[in-house]
Amino acid sequence: MILSTTLFGRTYQFNSVNEVMAKANEEKSGDIMAGIAAESAEERVAAKVVLANLTLEDLYNNPAIPYETDEVTRIIQDNVNEKIYQSIKNWTVEELREKILDSDTSSNDIRRISRGLTSEMVAAVAKLMSNLDLIYGARKITVTAHCNTTIGLEGTLSTRLQPNHPTDNEDGIVASILEGLAYGAGDAVIGLNPVDDTVESVVRMFKKLEEIKNKFKIPTQTSVLAHVTTQMEAIRQGAPADLIFQSIAGSEKGNTAFGISGDLIAEAKDLALRQGTAAGPNVMYFETGQGAELSSNAHHGVDQLTLEARCYGFAKKYDPFLVNTVVGFIGPEYLYDAKQVIRAGLEDHFMGKLSGISMGVDVCYTNHMKADQDDMENLGVLLTQAGVNFLITAPHADDVMLNYQSLGYHEAQSLRELTGLSPIKEFDEWLQKMEVLDNKSRLTKKAGDASLFLV
Amino acid sequence: MDVENIVKEVLKELEGRLGQENKTGNPEKEKSNIEKHVEYIKEKKVSVDNPINVETIRSAQEITPARIGIGRTGTRMKTANYLDFLIDHAAAQDAVFKDVDESVLKELNLPVLNSTAKDQEEYLMNLDAGRKLDEASVEWLKQNAEKGKQVQIIVSDGLSSTGTPETVPDLMSALIQGLKLKNITIGTPVFIKRSRVWIQDEVAKLVDCDVVISLIGERPGLATSKSISAYIIYRPNEKSVEADRTVFSNIHEGGVPPAEAGAHLADTISEMLKFKSSGVKFAQRLE
Amino acid sequence: MKLSTALSGETYQFNSVKEVLAKASEEKSGDKMAGIRAASSLERMAAKLTLSELQLKDIYENPVIPYEHDEVTRIIYDDISQFIYKEISGWTVGELRNYILSHRTTSEDLKRISRGLTSEMISGVSKLMSSMDLVSASQKMRYQAHCNTTIGEPGRLAFRAQANHPIDNPNGIIASVKEGLSYGSGDAVIGINPNNESVDSVSKILHITYDLMDKWEIPTQNCVLSHVTTQMDALRKGAPVGLMFQSLAGTQKANEDFGVSEEILDEGYALMKEKSYSAGPNFYYFETGQGSEVSLSAHEGVDMQTLEARTHGYARHWNPFMVNNVSGFIGPEILFDGRQVIRADLEDLFMGKLHGLPMGIAPTYTNHTIADQNDQEIGGMLTALGGANFYMGVPGGDDVMLSYQDTSYHDDATLREMFGYRPLAEFEKWMEKMGLMENGKLTSRAGDLSVFD
Repeated sequence: MILSTTLFGRTYQFNSVNEVMAKANEEKSGDIMAGIAAESAEERVAAKVVLANLTLEDLYNNPAIPYETDEVTRIIQDNVNEKIYQSIKNWTVEELREKILDSDTSSNDIRRISRGLTSEMVAAVAKLMSNLDLIYGARKITVTAHCNTTIGLEGTLSTRLQPNHPTDNEDGIVASILEGLAYGAGDAVIGLNPVDDTVESVVRMFKKLEEIKNKFKIPTQTSVLAHVTTQMEAIRQGAPADLIFQSIAGSEKGNTAFGISGDLIAEAKDLALRQGTAAGPNVMYFETGQGAELSSNAHHGVDQLTLEARCYGFAKKYDPFLVNTVVGFIGPEYLYDAKQVIRAGLEDHFMGKLSGISMGVDVCYTNHMKADQDDMENLGVLLTQAGVNFLITAPHADDVMLNYQSLGYHEAQSLRELTGLSPIKEFDEWLQKMEVLDNKSRLTKKAGDASLFLV
Repeated sequence: MDVENIVKEVLKELEGRLGQENKTGNPEKEKSNIEKHVEYIKEKKVSVDNPINVETIRSAQEITPARIGIGRTGTRMKTANYLDFLIDHAAAQDAVFKDVDESVLKELNLPVLNSTAKDQEEYLMNLDAGRKLDEASVEWLKQNAEKGKQVQIIVSDGLSSTGTPETVPDLMSALIQGLKLKNITIGTPVFIKRSRVWIQDEVAKLVDCDVVISLIGERPGLATSKSISAYIIYRPNEKSVEADRTVFSNIHEGGVPPAEAGAHLADTISEMLKFKSSGVKFAQRLE
Repeated sequence: MKLSTALSGETYQFNSVKEVLAKASEEKSGDKMAGIRAASSLERMAAKLTLSELQLKDIYENPVIPYEHDEVTRIIYDDISQFIYKEISGWTVGELRNYILSHRTTSEDLKRISRGLTSEMISGVSKLMSSMDLVSASQKMRYQAHCNTTIGEPGRLAFRAQANHPIDNPNGIIASVKEGLSYGSGDAVIGINPNNESVDSVSKILHITYDLMDKWEIPTQNCVLSHVTTQMDALRKGAPVGLMFQSLAGTQKANEDFGVSEEILDEGYALMKEKSYSAGPNFYYFETGQGSEVSLSAHEGVDMQTLEARTHGYARHWNPFMVNNVSGFIGPEILFDGRQVIRADLEDLFMGKLHGLPMGIAPTYTNHTIADQNDQEIGGMLTALGGANFYMGVPGGDDVMLSYQDTSYHDDATLREMFGYRPLAEFEKWMEKMGLMENGKLTSRAGDLSVFD
């Protein structure tokens, strides 16, 4: 394994694969804060040169956190298809990149290769890609999943309708749901973040969402984004749940901080399949985001991009229906400005797709970050071109409960119309029946008026 | 182990890796202490897959510094070319934000004047700051510069710290030699730190010359950071416009060689003195 | 006319339409250097709010530079359809924005109102638009033009093969052109920036590029981007000029710095009609870009975006075949970083299109700006979705003569493939004949310049 190179008349010697991985990362404030980022553009590119020449076997043998000490590593490595891994382990990361981008390599080829990759390999190849490479590569990969409907099919762009309310006021939540439906949002999921995280409240929210879904016969799925254990208890008490949600991290320590483990997630999935309301087989919904591990001091000196890839490796094991990164939520100490958020959004999406999961993005920022709505719209456009499965949408992009900005109902539909994409077929047909969309899946004159559901 | 052996070993390993699928290796041994190195060699290489005529591409690569014959994967650049581009970009950004080495200025025997730009930041972000001399420099020119000569030469760092040391010495000596051969009189050449082209108008006025020529560091490209441009104007005044300046760019070893450029500039200046004009007007009068 | 507004408990009073326009602009370092930008985010919003309530006639009656003093203003005003302007003169800028974005408003409607809009109105409305607004509105408008081939047809995306060489080495230029052609770049124009601007040298490049087109029967046009008067001299002496190029600016003062005027451009057009080998009727290729007036100290206190719009208004007088910005070309004193460059690209595309121009984009950056390849690719993707007619094509993205970075032959091919766009019709047939393209996709031979052996 070769860990040094000479550039600009200087020798760059790295001490470990982790160091190479961290320093090959594009600049992110979180890696700088963790003290593991490259110190100059020169050192960064030197690390990229070294990384390009590492073999997949080098990466397999040097996981970011040792197998023995970390559950996430064990889950990722145990889930690798041995036969496929053996056939590609001598590739360099450079060769993997070129294989992915090659015109002769199809989506199916990449899905097959994906089964032989660890998350470190997925992260490594993303570090050798420009933004357009990430878009071009991701666009080639189709990943579908089925809960009540099928997400990820060619020609579709789905959205999560996020109708949060600062006091969980039921009428307020319903108003935001109807507004979203009137713009065509909600085919991925109608997913609520509750303020009140008690079992009783979560049961009530599940029932409310179910009621709306049934009343208007909406072909979609619902989710209440409380802690997994709360949702499990709610389901046991009879709450109607299509999906079980949980935030996850890329290290065991990070997951412990979230109060979860692999066993717990397996148990949750089992419960959802047996007592949930959905057809399945994909009944899990995960959220991730670069920097989560660092904020809980669970990063083990590993860079945030690699940890993010490990989230996807962990998620893959539970065959999720939805996974999305909440890309700019955590703040400027992890992703400093719009440039870093956009880069991270493209990286996360590509890595999710390459990991073989149904990937979406919460394109978002907080007000203490150097970014604005224009930047989010730009990222939304780029991700749509990259073939993202779904985007998060809130009324006018402003989440009044979580206090951050995402994309709005308007933007998601603009993106569909700009690129000729439609919602999931059943949902599209339903919207046409409700006269929200016309037969070309464009907004009708009535669209945008939530009172059309109250007639 | 000497460097040559290391290089050989690495090359051997790289070759082996490309050719075979089932390389077996004990990972523990891989981790052993033998120091190995990724060799990055900047060289032109034909990386088109199965080219019809590799020789054609090779010879095309020899006659231009442009990034051609690099092939593709899908429609994207191959990894090596992508990294190559990033490496050059890292080096180019470096060249912008450094000062010109003072010892070079001593060697050139150039008095050092200053613009009003206090630092690199102000220089980059405020054009006016780089277009005016500071008071001390105005005073210096008034006191010390030779006045009423035909040509005044200015050297400016411009946007490259490497252009002045690498290209100006040969360029200036060829230019001065050329002008002297034609019996053209030259004022005291000066170096102006953090200066832009238009500062030449102020200097020309202060020294009362016919033609002022600025040799200015161009912003660095990926292919070179040593390039110098010459901006020449005949008797600038308030009514002068940009089109009155004659520009000659890409003076560096990979473009127009400095010695050749110096001779050419001397010829051009001699013509300008004859036609009493510069810029677009001068270009048309020549025809 | 209301020039003040109250926002968050504070009253903001502006003195002129010009000031409202300047302060309503998104943050850009060039406006800061000129000392005309908003002092705070809230002042910017106050200016946007004020702008949204201005009527089009308020803007019409207050051009940023008076009609009597400025040729650019005169050209813009004299080209306006008074009939159409009168129909919409009572609209506010906010209403104009809603009209442009409405589903009910068609491409044809926009083409029509374009004739009643001055450049200041176009700049004004774009200051009330977000990124996706700009992309979405741009996508609605697409204008065709014809020189030897037709540019701007639906589903087609063209490229200029920008095969520059630091010392104009003819073989070096041709090698880079061939490389570009083999990637499908060059259907918009084979356009070379010369290092040596003499008539002889310009003529020589015109000849070698034309000879290559002739030998391989390439359906396109050639162009050497020297000063318009130099190209005219070359043309008079018999050089084959396919397109006549010139850089333009948004004030008379800056155009004087460039050495251009209405008279010279008229003369150039007439000469092309008489002597060019091209069919026309669109003979001009113009470059624009935010900030040139500021760097020439010729901005007259007007913001960069409005001046860019005025450049478009000036350019449309000569019915060009191609217009593109090069907004990232100057440096950080004009556009600080990738973010400002991307915003400028989106504005320029939209404003050019609302002027009815066959607009292309050059998402560029220089090495002394805080921007990189990733920013450029974002600019390219967004404007491609917005329906730009063309981009540059530079070998490996690295212009070895002008020392800056622009879209590469690879990026060009990627954009076509990702959006399902084809080359210009005649050129696509030619690529098929050469075995470089099949069903709109590059073949395995593409990218190999030795196909021209």
